[in-house]
Amino acid sequence: MDPIFLTIFVFAIASLLGFELINKVPPTLHTPLMSGSNAISGITLVGAILCALAFKDAAPEVLAAASQPIPSWFGNILAFLAIVFATINVVGGYMVTDRMLGSFKRKEKK
Amino acid sequence: MDYLYLLATVLFVFGIKKLTNIKTCQQGNRLSEFAMLLAIVTTLAVGANYISWYVVISGLLVGGAAGAVIAKKTATTQMPEMVAALNGFGGVASALVAMAALLEHPLMHDPNKSLFDTGFVNAVSTPITILIGMITLTGSFIAYFKLSGKKLVHPVKGSQRHAFHAALGVAVIGLSYWEITTASHAQMTIATVLLAIISGSLGVFLVMPIGGADMPVVVSLLNSYSGIAGAAAGFVINNPLLVVVGALVGTSGLILTQIMCKAMNRSLSNVLLGGMGEEVVAKDAKDYKSIKSTTPEEVAMLLDGAASVIIVPGYGLAVAQAQHVVRELGDLLQKRGCNVRYAIHPVAGRMPGHMNVLLAESDVPYDQLWEMDNINSDFKSTDVVIVVGANDVVNPAAREATGPIAGMPILDVDQARTCVVIKRSLAPGYAGIKNPLFELDNCLMVFLDAKEALEGMVKEMKELSK
Repeated sequence: MDPIFLTIFVFAIASLLGFELINKVPPTLHTPLMSGSNAISGITLVGAILCALAFKDAAPEVLAAASQPIPSWFGNILAFLAIVFATINVVGGYMVTDRMLGSFKRKEKK
Repeated sequence: MDYLYLLATVLFVFGIKKLTNIKTCQQGNRLSEFAMLLAIVTTLAVGANYISWYVVISGLLVGGAAGAVIAKKTATTQMPEMVAALNGFGGVASALVAMAALLEHPLMHDPNKSLFDTGFVNAVSTPITILIGMITLTGSFIAYFKLSGKKLVHPVKGSQRHAFHAALGVAVIGLSYWEITTASHAQMTIATVLLAIISGSLGVFLVMPIGGADMPVVVSLLNSYSGIAGAAAGFVINNPLLVVVGALVGTSGLILTQIMCKAMNRSLSNVLLGGMGEEVVAKDAKDYKSIKSTTPEEVAMLLDGAASVIIVPGYGLAVAQAQHVVRELGDLLQKRGCNVRYAIHPVAGRMPGHMNVLLAESDVPYDQLWEMDNINSDFKSTDVVIVVGANDVVNPAAREATGPIAGMPILDVDQARTCVVIKRSLAPGYAGIKNPLFELDNCLMVFLDAKEALEGMVKEMKELSK
């Protein structure tokens, strides 16, 4: 099987799982859930990290011939921005969600 | 390493699942935080030999600090805007990943190859990621501004608007085709930059005509988009973790969007194409006769003799930060043996569950919060209803056959013996229409800020019980 087909397959199954996963949510949790899943969408940080490439001794042509990614200043600037934005999404998202859920917790202890 | 990615994925799934239950939600969020940490650490280990640590560490530090500051400084009322803004950051990050990956791709040094030579799916994923990521960015920020109360006007009017959007859509398709098929890297770069710009403006123009009242739906949909953008970025860089987690967020966001549309009795397409989305204020919106206005002191006397009270919170409660005072009033009433309940309309406030979050902050008991469908039949037998800063969700005009909010389910507050509405003025709500409720015989208006009015009632109630 073509590996790309395997990825498409995984994508389709994960999408179906997402549909089934949250069919019943009490309205109280709509906002925290939105906020929490928003933080999870910061997973793109993983991609951003892998795009920040260290410079190699080999010339770009050599790397290209070996079909390896080619580091560049501009590429790293883009990767840096991607890391910053994704991290804001992850850290901010989880902290905001924690704050919302924290207010539920206090109440339950009573 | 692949096993750690698998573990992270499984933890994300359980984390989301647990987030849907009130008892386990905090645990669920912890789980998903841990999964994120695991995914990041694993990625650092995977890329240890070829990533630029300077770039990665500095990026994580800058982003982490900025994210923490933003989250700490946000007031409870601003949560909806905040989620919108954070979502925009996530979207643009995915678009940047696709652009960086394209720039660093080995084919950029082969003058005879186009992006298409990397395979159909990988090639198509690049423009899709840029398109969805940029729409998420600009759309989220327009939503952010709208939720902060700014009015934005679409430059293109009326029926030409759809044609204008369609033209932008055609431009997106054309540029995508150009980007994928050209072997010239200069052309590919130009196409990519133009694609990012056009996609971004598409996000602006698509969200701009949608009314402020519909922003929760838009934010929820854009949340779903940022997930899809992440999944598409996963296809670009061949990372299954991104694909799976992005797909999960994408579909969960869609479900939530659907739930919210259902609550407003409208279809998603109706919201997005701006059926009532236009922010027009009806001519007679402020044309009221026979309004009875009263003072907090008089309301307190009314409450003194009430055996059952239902409080209907709206956005005004959030604006006035009156969630603690409203609880104080509720507690006072309950101590006197009065049956106190809160009726939560699904779209009260500016996000689904906005009121629940706010009331939870002031420790209102969970069993006092009632959903619309469960409490609507009880209004008939209720002595006093206090509407705190809500308007459209209690507007009986929704029962009529025509009109901008016709068919929207509302809370039947007009059926209560007495209905007290705390509102700063007679200004219309988001729907921009008149509310006939205010003219009814059993409706009393208190023209004050929610906090001021409730504080007045609490004070008077304490006087009365001496």
